[in-house]
Amino acid sequence: MKPETKAVDIDRNIGDFHYDMAYAKDAGRGLSDKTIHFISDVKEDPDWVREFRLRGLKTFLEKPLPTHWASKDLETIDFDKIRYYLAQGIAAKRTWEEVPEDIKRTFERLGIPEQERKFLAGVEAQFDSEAVYSNIKKAVGEQGVIFVGSTEGLKKHPEIFRKWFGKVIPIGDNKFSALNAAVFSGGSFIYVPPGVKVKHPLQAYFRINAENFGQFERTLIIADEGSEVTYMEGCTAPKFETTTLHSAVVELVALKGAKIQYITVQNWSANVFNLVTKRGLAHEDAEIKWIDCNIGSRLTMKYPGVVLKGRKARGEVLSIALANNGQHQDTGAKMIHAADETTSNIISKSISIGTGRATYRGLVHVPKHLKNCKNNTECDALLINATSRTDTYPAITVRGTGNAVQHEASVSQVSSEQIFYMQQRGLTEAQAMSLSVNGFVNDLVRQFPMEYSVELKRLIELEMEGSVG
Amino acid sequence: MNELRVDNLHVVIGDQQIVRGLSLTVPRGEVHAIMGPNGSGKSTLAKVMAGHPDYHVTKGKVTMDGEDVLAMEPDDRARKGLFLAFQYPSEIPGVTIANFLRAALQARLPEGEELEATEYYAKLYEKMELLGMDRSFTSRAVNEGFSGGEKKRTEILQLAMLAPKYAVLDETDSGLDIDALKVVARGVNTMRGPNLGVLLITHYQRLLNYIVPDHVHVMVAGRIVRSGGKDLALELEERGYDWARESAGEMAVTR
Repeated sequence: MKPETKAVDIDRNIGDFHYDMAYAKDAGRGLSDKTIHFISDVKEDPDWVREFRLRGLKTFLEKPLPTHWASKDLETIDFDKIRYYLAQGIAAKRTWEEVPEDIKRTFERLGIPEQERKFLAGVEAQFDSEAVYSNIKKAVGEQGVIFVGSTEGLKKHPEIFRKWFGKVIPIGDNKFSALNAAVFSGGSFIYVPPGVKVKHPLQAYFRINAENFGQFERTLIIADEGSEVTYMEGCTAPKFETTTLHSAVVELVALKGAKIQYITVQNWSANVFNLVTKRGLAHEDAEIKWIDCNIGSRLTMKYPGVVLKGRKARGEVLSIALANNGQHQDTGAKMIHAADETTSNIISKSISIGTGRATYRGLVHVPKHLKNCKNNTECDALLINATSRTDTYPAITVRGTGNAVQHEASVSQVSSEQIFYMQQRGLTEAQAMSLSVNGFVNDLVRQFPMEYSVELKRLIELEMEGSVG
Repeated sequence: MNELRVDNLHVVIGDQQIVRGLSLTVPRGEVHAIMGPNGSGKSTLAKVMAGHPDYHVTKGKVTMDGEDVLAMEPDDRARKGLFLAFQYPSEIPGVTIANFLRAALQARLPEGEELEATEYYAKLYEKMELLGMDRSFTSRAVNEGFSGGEKKRTEILQLAMLAPKYAVLDETDSGLDIDALKVVARGVNTMRGPNLGVLLITHYQRLLNYIVPDHVHVMVAGRIVRSGGKDLALELEERGYDWARESAGEMAVTR
């Protein structure tokens, strides 16, 4: 065993640390058929999954980078230098006591509040590519809820898993969804039986923990008829010198009358490319709500979407993005109306600090033959410094009569008068700035669960620290 | 030396000279009023004392209990006991009055010490009652969508909560109807006492019927041209600022 001082590398920021680990399973760098077979062998994939991965690889290699509309920064990703699979070979744990001490320490360092630890009974946590801790709350299990890692899900529950896997987000949806299809590992699989309302939010914590190691988790949540579930994910990442790629795929399926709420608070370190595809399929009278908060990363591209497939389905995206120096948050939402009387709501708030850049991209589609569809889109941007930047690209196609759409956008700045006023009450410039920013996002943060809103407030304060003076 | 003291102050904004050699002393425990016509530099004086970044002091001193105020950051001045009730208070979208005041009080505590929440709310509700403010106000964002009267009351509420050593009230009476004016005056009068020095800046004599000053100063063209007791305000009301201007002229000649 290495001495503890060597094993822990703690940087200035919370989350900027990692443990040295002996990676038992390592696919090496770069991507080829060989990599896929290695992953499938190690994970003992069923044939159909191996097949799925190979198709993913083919599509990934064929598709160009989307730089005709997205940031050219994508070209700096060296796909040959990335490790696509890494696992410690630790089996999923059932009780908190069985979790290795060093990993517990990691969670502690991540600042998971005490209160939340009590909830850990319902937590599926991922450390690197494999879940090292998973404990399904007894009550949830009794209700027939399945809450496991995606690998376990596809093996043990193929009849449900296969039906929806890759259906909401097909392999070829985009280059990065194809990449995920090829090398996915980790993530959660949740199935909620008809009529079951899961009382506590199900949570997952994960983080990247190896240089040049891309994390490609894959989550699938199915809420059967009339059921309700809330899922929360939060992650911080250690800071490394070379770029790190994170490319997840999250698929949600809400059957008739079901409700899914998916909450993300992410705080990536400044070298991470976070290229995520998230989409939900809402059947008749179902509701899907994405609450998405993006802090950190070098480039985040993420546009959670809802396909409103059944009559009276509802979709919502509430998002907050904070772009600090050198960071680009390219985020937004997609609402695809595909049935009558469907409604969607998008509220997006972004904050740009220093040379940070926030881009909003929205897609709202209501075809001509539909009736009584409604969309509301609000996007507000806050610029902190003169060098901060924001862009808005709303694409709203609403055809036909009897469909209503509403779009509001604003760009504001924290004025020097406002800061002076707050300073006159005794707040330092940094405190004043951070209070203003918290005020700007306040109405959205209120919709977050308590423990997340506290965490978020703290993250914003941390981010604001270097922005003045 | 418990006093707020302004000594031969000269202030410019851009290349415009606004305050030209103003001197004034407000001992703690006294209420002083500054009256003056529009453009005499009253509000500039208030902002300079609080440390507004747009104004530049070219000469002179401001001290609080002997300490050099001009050398301090605006937030330092505030924490050390200088309060400015703004003529046009800023809106802070999304930040509730309760959270704002809490943050302001927290900023005055030593590091590691937490504001006691129940005591805080008890005090807040007590002061709000004094100012005739409904409790629901605490959850409204600071000054956002407030009427003129509500803004001024909120300023006085902050004054009451932060309990400074010296308070500068910049045209707190402007835009208030008589009832609101009485409420605001009641708030200030309640706080009056040996621990607070007040500098009331006003255009009209009206406010001084409700907050009776110990001393009145008349400011014209960036200087105090006349000082006296509370009767000076009445005299000024009667004879108008032209009379004061003439006095200023005389003063300039006789100097």
